Amino acid sequence: MTPSTGDREAVLGRIREALRVPAPLKHPAERSAGGEPTTAHFREWLPPVGPSLDERFALFSRLCETLKSELVVCADMDAAAAHLTTLATEGGWKTLGLHRGSLTSALESRLPAALTRLFVDEGYDKDALEASDAGLTECELLVAQTGSVCVTGPSSGGRVLSVLPPHHIVIARRSQILTDLTEAYATLAAKYRDDYPSMISFITGPSRTGDIERILVLGAHGPKRLTILLLP
Amino acid sequence: MFQESLLLPKPPMRVSLFIPCFIDSLYPNVGMSMVRILERLGHSVDVPEGQTCCGQPPFNSGYWDEARSVATNQLKAFKDADVIVSGSGSCGAMMKVFYPELFHGHEQEAEAKNLAAKTWEFSEFLVNKLGVKDVGARFEGRATFHDGCHGLRELGTKLPPRELLSHVKGLELVEMTEAETCCGFGGTFAVKYPQISTAMAEVKCNSICETKADYVISNDSSCLMQIGGWLNRNVGTVKCLHLAEVLVQQ
Amino acid sequence: MSSFTSPARNQFQEDADRTTSDAPRRTAVRNALQNYQSARDRTGATFTDWKAARSAASTIKHEAVNHLDQYLEEFERKFTARGGKVFWASNSQQARDYIIQLAKAKNVRAIVKSKAMTGEEIHLNDALVAEGFGVVESDLGEFIQQLKGEAPYHFVFPCMHLRRDEISDLFHKELGTAKTNSPEELTMIARRVLRRTYVEADMGISGANFIVADTGMISITENEGNARLTVGVPKIHVALVGIEKVVPRLGDLALLLPMLATAGTGQHLTGYNSMYGGPRQPGENDGPDEFHVVLLDNHRTRLLADPEQRDALHCIRCGACLNVCPIFKNIGGHTYGTTYQGPIGSVITPHFRGLQDWKHLSGASSLCGACTETCPVGIDIHHHLLHNRRNAAAEKPAPGESLLWKAFTFLMRRPALYRLATRFAPLGSLLHPLVEGTALDPMIAWTSTRDFPAAAPSSFRSQFQKHQAQKSGGSK
Repeated sequence: MTPSTGDREAVLGRIREALRVPAPLKHPAERSAGGEPTTAHFREWLPPVGPSLDERFALFSRLCETLKSELVVCADMDAAAAHLTTLATEGGWKTLGLHRGSLTSALESRLPAALTRLFVDEGYDKDALEASDAGLTECELLVAQTGSVCVTGPSSGGRVLSVLPPHHIVIARRSQILTDLTEAYATLAAKYRDDYPSMISFITGPSRTGDIERILVLGAHGPKRLTILLLP
Repeated sequence: MFQESLLLPKPPMRVSLFIPCFIDSLYPNVGMSMVRILERLGHSVDVPEGQTCCGQPPFNSGYWDEARSVATNQLKAFKDADVIVSGSGSCGAMMKVFYPELFHGHEQEAEAKNLAAKTWEFSEFLVNKLGVKDVGARFEGRATFHDGCHGLRELGTKLPPRELLSHVKGLELVEMTEAETCCGFGGTFAVKYPQISTAMAEVKCNSICETKADYVISNDSSCLMQIGGWLNRNVGTVKCLHLAEVLVQQ
Repeated sequence: MSSFTSPARNQFQEDADRTTSDAPRRTAVRNALQNYQSARDRTGATFTDWKAARSAASTIKHEAVNHLDQYLEEFERKFTARGGKVFWASNSQQARDYIIQLAKAKNVRAIVKSKAMTGEEIHLNDALVAEGFGVVESDLGEFIQQLKGEAPYHFVFPCMHLRRDEISDLFHKELGTAKTNSPEELTMIARRVLRRTYVEADMGISGANFIVADTGMISITENEGNARLTVGVPKIHVALVGIEKVVPRLGDLALLLPMLATAGTGQHLTGYNSMYGGPRQPGENDGPDEFHVVLLDNHRTRLLADPEQRDALHCIRCGACLNVCPIFKNIGGHTYGTTYQGPIGSVITPHFRGLQDWKHLSGASSLCGACTETCPVGIDIHHHLLHNRRNAAAEKPAPGESLLWKAFTFLMRRPALYRLATRFAPLGSLLHPLVEGTALDPMIAWTSTRDFPAAAPSSFRSQFQKHQAQKSGGSK
């Protein structure tokens, strides 16, 4: 039986031997002096966003349309609850998977009593969650440049709630829209330091596939619909 | 208008032409057209006697020692040239881009780099070196342009041929959807993998035919040998012309 | 010549004969990729400076690959500190054995997989099935290919060569579903079948697009959500990852993820980009109890040892070079006979599986350079094909070809002889007797499908001499 780390020393040995001869850098980055991370300059090359929250919102909103995410701007929590109730009624929902949080709990308290709540915070039955009609989560942040919703275990009820039910509802605040992934990673790093959640996921639109004749179909495995309820 | 372009933006130059084997024996008119155009622009043209082949066939086949040996002859032949102009983007790329790599760490490295620096593909020489976009040509017809891959991607000559053609009176230029797609020639590839090469020619030629052009123009005669070979066999109506053969018309 | 060919090469030529004759399939593949091209162009155009972004991406990967030992060790340190396990595999056998032993030790019965080309590379599914495990591919394209019993056609678009009616027939035959012509209905069939497998599986196996050194994470890019479920629901997660996938910093993904998406599918960002830094952590409500990362060498260090081609390890497997390759579009993915198809596959396969057996892939290219132009991390793909050709010829020259080039050189070194020769005949017909009737005979290969131009009555040289004489005559 091999040691638990396998052929560690052999692999590392071959790597070190191979790297004794340096390889030329054929396409040097335009700004990266002496091993300084290039990260700081990504923004200069990627698609532009604009500095103000209004510009971030405008781009995020435009991308949601392209991505077929449903962005619903809500005046307040009551309006969000009303929209969600409509979705539940139209979809004939019986069970809503959700987690506890300041936004989700406030929203949940305004939903019809007839809708069964499946809270995942203390663990959950996989079959029951699989059978639920929608998953309601908060998020860490939203990314304007890519139209993404960033979820993590702590922010969004774990790994599965945001991807297993066929309809994912995100409740978020407008101020959570950040510029780009660079800002998103910096925000996560500041918040979690070295103690990251075991999962960080950037969700960009509902689940999709183009595997059959490169034709876009939504809802391959994950949610067929992604609704973002955006509070002021 | 033609008189205008005779007001030379640059002093007369001594231009050394590189005439690859296939232009010499199969397409001499391409070479002669280049001579006439350059002379009309007031430059003198010579064709150094010692030249043979740029060495690309053995180079592309992996036989770099042989390629270097052939290329050494080329270095000698063009030693005294002020500028070297090639009617094939592919041969031009061999000398301009690949010689420095071929001779890297060899005795003649400096000489190879020197030759590379003074080598030009015909259209980029006219536009970028001489600053000429209008050679006063007139040519009636509807044409589409094929970008030879070596010219396009190794030398970056997307615009010069189009700028030159846009000034040809009477010429209607229509872009094909597969303009930048390889014709499938690729030197020995065309005969080592004839089935793939032919399939590529078919895609290219179908795209040419879709434009309803009477002519397909390119700045690389080797591509035109492939395209013309397929068109003659399968279509027969579209005529292949080298850029110089169009620009020489008055 | 026969001793200088390989079974792989013969198979390649045969398959290329067949696939290039299949005009409808070639058209379908080209059309499918046409949509990709326009999406990619559209998204690429939104970048402020794609070229600068590409140089930066290339620099990041250069830094990672050229300090591979340090970054892998950093990853291992950070990852294991959070309860992950790292296994280093020199070859496929070690990787397969580790996963099988693990599955046995944990009483695993059912395994769900998300897309992993490393899995294809080490033939993991066959090995697991032979040991009695149930294995289901969850990516739609991979699921279809698994049902069909066929390798992926394209390492990003596994079943792009199949028409919807073929998929419908396959589902009808294998799953007993009603026939349909709608891609949407076909997708929903797969969705229904696969959803139960996530819940029932004891182990989820994934690949990874990136290994992040500074935070000890792996990053997985996908569109369907099947990978999220594969590594979220079962109690054990195994990620099988090539050692070259490393990036130094989590923040580097802010550039690499959008570039991967743009180059790979023409999206700004793919549907799910997820980073996993360990099994379920204290206080978390779900996630696997165990998370194993298998770091796979399997001859990557051979490529690493070649500084000239080391940048081929920068590859982020976006598939863009396949999508623009006129060879790929005409011969299709299966003809390559490799795990990694297309231009990048032709570069790396000879390093992984032997130069002499796989050098033909480097020869089967017109060197048009569309691959290099499109590569988001600036790999010199088509020049590496040239390097493989050079290395193969230097290592073992083919006698017939070697003789031909020696004769060619002899002639080209003698300008007077060359001029004499070309005065009488085009060069092709001059060298022709050397190869006439042999496998190298170019005229047969050319003229069976294309006309060859007739030699001009008078060569350029003689015309030019006449022209010079007239000029000097005129000036007298």
